[in-house]
Amino acid sequence: MAEAAWAAIHLQNITKSFPGVLANDRVSLALRSGEVHALLGENGAGKTTLMNILYGLYRADAGEIWVKGRKVNIRSPRHALSLGIGMVHQHFKLVLPHTVAENVALGLSGTPFWAPTRAVARRLGDLSDRYGLPVDPDRRVWDLSAGEQQRVEILKALIRGAEVLVLDEPTSVLTPHEVGELLKVLGRMKAEGHAIVFISHKLDEVLEAADWVTVMRRGQVVGTVRAEETDKAALARMMVGREVVFRLTKKACTPGEAALVAEDLHVRSDRGSLALKGISLALCRGEILGVAGVAGNGQRELVEVLTGLRRAERGRVQVLGQDLTRASARRLSDSGVAHIPEERIRMGIVPGLSVEENLILKRHHRPPFCRGGILRLAAARRFAGQAIEEYRIQTPSARTPAKLLSGGNIQKLILARELSGSPALVIAAHPTYGLDVGATEQIRELLLRQRDAGAGILLVSEDLEEIMELADRIAVLFRGEIMGVVPAGEASLEEIGLMMAGERRAAAAAGGGR
Amino acid sequence: MKRLGPFVLERRLAPPRHVVFGVSLLAVVVALLLAALVFWAYGVSPVRAYSEIGRGTLGTVGGLSDIVRRAIPLILCGVGLTLSFRAQFWNIGAEGQLLAGAVAATGVALFVRVPDGFRLPLMFLAGFSAGAVWALIPALLRVKLRVNEVISTLMMNYIMAYIVEWLVHGPWKGPTMRGFAYTDMFPVAARLPYLTGTRIHWPTLVVGVAAAILVALLLARTRLGYEIRVVGQSPDAARYAGINFTTVLALALVVSGGLAALAGVGEVAGVHWRLRSPGHVSMGYGYTAIIVAWLARGSPLAAIFTALLFGLIFAAGDLMKTTLGLPFQITGVFNGLILFSLISSDLLMYWRVRLASKEKAWTGQAGS
Repeated sequence: MAEAAWAAIHLQNITKSFPGVLANDRVSLALRSGEVHALLGENGAGKTTLMNILYGLYRADAGEIWVKGRKVNIRSPRHALSLGIGMVHQHFKLVLPHTVAENVALGLSGTPFWAPTRAVARRLGDLSDRYGLPVDPDRRVWDLSAGEQQRVEILKALIRGAEVLVLDEPTSVLTPHEVGELLKVLGRMKAEGHAIVFISHKLDEVLEAADWVTVMRRGQVVGTVRAEETDKAALARMMVGREVVFRLTKKACTPGEAALVAEDLHVRSDRGSLALKGISLALCRGEILGVAGVAGNGQRELVEVLTGLRRAERGRVQVLGQDLTRASARRLSDSGVAHIPEERIRMGIVPGLSVEENLILKRHHRPPFCRGGILRLAAARRFAGQAIEEYRIQTPSARTPAKLLSGGNIQKLILARELSGSPALVIAAHPTYGLDVGATEQIRELLLRQRDAGAGILLVSEDLEEIMELADRIAVLFRGEIMGVVPAGEASLEEIGLMMAGERRAAAAAGGGR
Repeated sequence: MKRLGPFVLERRLAPPRHVVFGVSLLAVVVALLLAALVFWAYGVSPVRAYSEIGRGTLGTVGGLSDIVRRAIPLILCGVGLTLSFRAQFWNIGAEGQLLAGAVAATGVALFVRVPDGFRLPLMFLAGFSAGAVWALIPALLRVKLRVNEVISTLMMNYIMAYIVEWLVHGPWKGPTMRGFAYTDMFPVAARLPYLTGTRIHWPTLVVGVAAAILVALLLARTRLGYEIRVVGQSPDAARYAGINFTTVLALALVVSGGLAALAGVGEVAGVHWRLRSPGHVSMGYGYTAIIVAWLARGSPLAAIFTALLFGLIFAAGDLMKTTLGLPFQITGVFNGLILFSLISSDLLMYWRVRLASKEKAWTGQAGS
């Protein structure tokens, strides 16, 4: 146990299983003060589970946790905090209508009964200065950007005396500029002697921020290496267990007739504010148009208005030359618009229905699957058999409830359904979000194949690498407007980053680059 | 996975059929055991009570016919409710829909001039339509104004019950009934025939069983049934697939309410031969049918059998009143206990209990 005494925190042989999955399999990890330790791995590798155990949200089935040389049994997040362990979740846990100070004061011990926020605001000021985390304590949280909300979460942990801070995918919601700011903050915290766990699946950031990198795969630790002694290729190999092809083979784009023309689209969000302010786009058949942008800049509304789930306030939508402005979801679907939805489990499938029933969801009302109001189950079964084979959907049978499939296979099911009718236009929202490398690669290949077969694809994604890799042209959304459209070959990451932060590219400001 | 002493609990996402059946059966047995405590508290030996019930209901033709007669309205309401519940529409209004059917049938029986041969068919048709309208109102309120259907269907029951009260005390009060709150007796052409030697009004039974089969086919084999299941399980997926929520829900409730109303037609035309106060027309069949549909786990065919079970309980209630001197309300206790143990049994369906295996021993070593 010599090492356990030396490290601030030592996790030993942590094992945790969920139904059908061994999420952590004898995982050991040592965290030291004044160092950033990156946990790297695909979605589902077990990183978050491990940290949730450390933070007292889950109990390990087996294994030990040592904090400063003492063996502990962490029962709850409160207990974890009392041991100096703080965590910033990927999805922030903030009370949106409350102010920053109120959020920080919530559940904080040692605050006075009267006017607790005043005392908190003072302490917040000190911490903000010390770590370079500027934030106004009187602002309402819903009014803050994702980056600012993250600062509030970090401050919440620091004010509670966290010596060890776990950041779960902290960069996934940030603009490139904000990522830089965050990395600076991590540097200051290191200097103050904190131990930091940085969960990510982005290689560049990990190499830049971390001192140590532990790679996890399928619940196990593949290895722990010093960041300065490794490189991207080596880490990627560890992550996926094989060589990764970073470039998909992509034929040159051969744009055909217009698949989609959108003009001057004005669309309101659920809150009633204008989420799209006069967007114009053009997309040809045989082309992929990537839509980049930080989440919440109108992507959702754009996808919904093009798939009939939201009404356009103003403007026009044409699909294959046919005016389909304000057409219903069914009419659009019947006219050849496929939709790969962002929320694949909530919207893309009916969890309790079987795989074959889910495969006919969009076409259950038409021949060959329905004649005279009667479902043609034999036709559905034949189609399901083909789809399962062609799209390599791993399922015990076509009659298995879709909810029992893994995320990757659910997405393959959705793609099989949406792409099988040779749609002219595919609206794909975050098609590989949360999928493992194998499924991601397969989904991307399927999209490219569909493009080559003559479909126009609108690809909305937060993953810039994905957009750079797949798209022929890239449009950047910022606050409901298009900052510019650039050909993928000419775009640099910096340029797109600037547009994501709201800088308009003069040359391609309007017109959609047609 | 959770540990409870030497046992391990594992989550089960999709319980197999035999587990669903076994757990449901277990729930009924547990309810019977709990009811035994009630008998015991009343000073009646549970053994004697159950053997009396067994002899009196299952042992005689009269007893069996009583069970079926009680089960008929439960089958119709129960089958209708399975459809509502599959659409995730919590229809508590079968009671009111049943009464609506009874009112419409009475109107046709007493006040409409039709040839005798058409009278009964027209009564069923009018009854179905009245129940359909009565169920459609809360469905539209839910879709258009987001009114919670549990509240609205329940309230619709009271409205229809008071309409019936008003009719039998007021405009429809039978001149030949000497001040009782009844309508006049139905003409013979408006009375349902009995199965020979019993008091089972068989046309309603045939309609009920046929309805169960047709609704099962509707759910499994038709476009509407598919859309009802999609709407019920995932409203977002239904929207995504372009399924018209309003139409689907409205159609499901038309059938659901219509079937419950047929039960009301059967009661006035097959049992009472007149309309009387709501408590006598129905005995709460519309509410009991909620448990019937629940115990059947949303399967219309299974509802036939669960309805027979509750028919047995009602018949047993009659029997306990006469032979054991227990109040008829004991049936309410039964129904409550069954529903209670059913709801608690869900836990057993979705969790598998097994003895902790060697993994545990391994943990022990690692901990030392």
